[in-house]
Amino acid sequence: MKKEMKCSCSVLKKLYITMLRIRLCEESFVEPILNREIRCPVHLYSGEEAIAAGVCGALGKRDYIFGSHRSHGHYLAKGGCMRELVAEIYGKETGCSGGRGGSMHLISVDKGVMGTTPIVAGTIALALGASLASSIRKDNRVTVSFFGDGATGEGVLYECLNFASLKKLPIIFVCENNLYSTHMPIEEIRATKEIYKIGRPFGMKSFRVDGNDVVKVYEKAESVVRAARRGEGPVFIEALTYRFRGHVGPDDNVQGTHSDIRPKAEIEKWLKKDPVKKFEAFLKKHNVLKTSDMDIIKGKIEEEVKEAHDLARKSPYPGEGELLRYVTK
Amino acid sequence: MPGKVHIPERENFCDMSRSSRKLQYSLAINEALRQMMEADDSVFLIGQGVKSPWYVGKTADGLLEKFGENRVIDTPVSENAMTGAAVGAAIAGMRSIVVHPRLDFMFYAFDPIINEAANWHYMFGGKSQVPVVVWGIVNRGGEQAAQHSQAIHAVFAHIPGLKVVMPSTPYDAKGLMISAIKDDNPVIYIDDRWLYDIEGNVPEGIYEVPIGKGRIRRNGSDITLVSISYMVEECLKAADELSKEGIRAEIVDLRTAKPLDKEIILNSVSKTGRMIVVDGGWSFCGLAAEILAMVSESGFDSLKTPVVRLTVPECPAPSSRMLEAKYFEMSGHIFNAVKDMVSRSR
Ligand SMILES: Cc1ncc(C[n+]2csc(CCOP(=O)(O)OP(=O)(O)O)c2C)c(N)n1
Ligand SMILES: [Mg+2]
Repeated sequence: MKKEMKCSCSVLKKLYITMLRIRLCEESFVEPILNREIRCPVHLYSGEEAIAAGVCGALGKRDYIFGSHRSHGHYLAKGGCMRELVAEIYGKETGCSGGRGGSMHLISVDKGVMGTTPIVAGTIALALGASLASSIRKDNRVTVSFFGDGATGEGVLYECLNFASLKKLPIIFVCENNLYSTHMPIEEIRATKEIYKIGRPFGMKSFRVDGNDVVKVYEKAESVVRAARRGEGPVFIEALTYRFRGHVGPDDNVQGTHSDIRPKAEIEKWLKKDPVKKFEAFLKKHNVLKTSDMDIIKGKIEEEVKEAHDLARKSPYPGEGELLRYVTK
Repeated sequence: MPGKVHIPERENFCDMSRSSRKLQYSLAINEALRQMMEADDSVFLIGQGVKSPWYVGKTADGLLEKFGENRVIDTPVSENAMTGAAVGAAIAGMRSIVVHPRLDFMFYAFDPIINEAANWHYMFGGKSQVPVVVWGIVNRGGEQAAQHSQAIHAVFAHIPGLKVVMPSTPYDAKGLMISAIKDDNPVIYIDDRWLYDIEGNVPEGIYEVPIGKGRIRRNGSDITLVSISYMVEECLKAADELSKEGIRAEIVDLRTAKPLDKEIILNSVSKTGRMIVVDGGWSFCGLAAEILAMVSESGFDSLKTPVVRLTVPECPAPSSRMLEAKYFEMSGHIFNAVKDMVSRSR
């Protein structure tokens, strides 16, 4: 309890708002995906909100993040504009990537969202490079690299762990372990379950946190970000979690194949650990927010989400004459 | 997705059985894999998604059940190591097939493919060989954008030591997979999800389609359309429309990007005097550029008019639907380019 109270009320409220914005925004895509208004591949983050909220909550505006195919949450938590996110997913000119990238290619340079891309592990080395830039410039920034458990299969991750440790770079590697990499349960792709230990052979401080507990994620992130900023070098965090939706789309069967092989009982077990509900109970218990406060917050966010969709729907597609724009600067 | 097009059944090569059994393209690949694994214990399949139709369609149906996890191996997301392992197993005497459910994911595997497999036989003076099939699936469209849409057959074709096959029919899909598996060299086998549901005649037994031999898919005397893989479908569509205007297009389906069947191209061009190359890759330094260069070197005297290439635009694939439709639009461009060329050079 004492530990939990390390966070101030205002921090807790902010974390709650961030998580709820992600959840409500994510769930708002379900219907337009099902009615084919949205057609790009969308990897929903529902169920994993505590990680993005907790980690990005510990970062400053100037800090950098890089992400993957499942990065709506990272983008929003770091301050990316919801209207531009939604418009991007509709493929509109007003989207954060001008409609060129869709759900898997998010960016908000001003907010430190440096880019999210769907090649598994593709941005880990880029995050390493951003932290290298910070160390060369001594600009006091910290970079976070978000990736999934699947990315632990790619050799580039280990190359980055070594170099980050060698050069004491200000980078936090955050592995969101949701126990699956598309159709593969983690036992089928990893010889050992403890992902967090992979940082240790490189002399890196490595932790596992409950990724469905935003307070725990925030506290851990806050302390390691501070240490990284002091020049103490990189940290590896494994956050255990579970996605509530299919690998891509609301459920994997949308594409006509039954590739969601996750056992029903397992899904139900994790639904009970819903990070949003869990945090709501915590906030009430500690008198941070009352149900009526939460309803007000929810109402506001619902409005924001609805407006984002309305605006996206009304926005133009990029003009056909613009196909070759942006190939080079 | 491709429309159902009429495919004139004019086999130039070894459809000995004259089979009338119909099979889908994806199931033709499946059959090739199953029969080759049955026939040869050294054949095995490794790669991401061999357990999941989401990744490989129906191409791996039933293989795991039949041959077990020892020979049908779904993998971690480790393209570099898994491809290297396929190459190494081939060096150690296996016939490996490594699948990549998108060509884009294969970029991590360039080192074992290009530095090692392609050079291996040469740099060891012929002392060792690499009978590996590196199977990459083009799975583009659906607003997936830049990193899920790249067709890079020309990159592989650029590399000495690699063969690159790209079937467009179920018949060729099976026969080329068999030839690729039997070949003692690294073969890049590229197929396209847009072809997976197409049906065609496929003989039931094991047969080979020779690597390096194209095929005339449609006879014509006015113009030669040279194409490969899914773009042959677009050519067939355009040719149907063109025939309504009295223009008879001959369609050369290369089937293999490398080694290139120069003869079939030059023969056709000597008949028609006109050529348009249609390719699903990019224009600059691409497959179409190579064919244009070859024809200007070896078939210049046959030409009535400058050759033309049609490719996807020189940019990454965009997500946004109208831009994406424009990016992949092809049969209309073929129709217009042919009409233009024929009318200018009557
Ligand atoms: C290099 C590469 N290989 C394969 C894929 C196909 N793919 C897309 S997502 C994914 C699994 C990702 O699993 P994980 O990293 O655990 O993230 P999650 O989807 O669980 O959030 C794979 C293999 C890819 N995008 N990039
Ligand atoms: Mg995962």
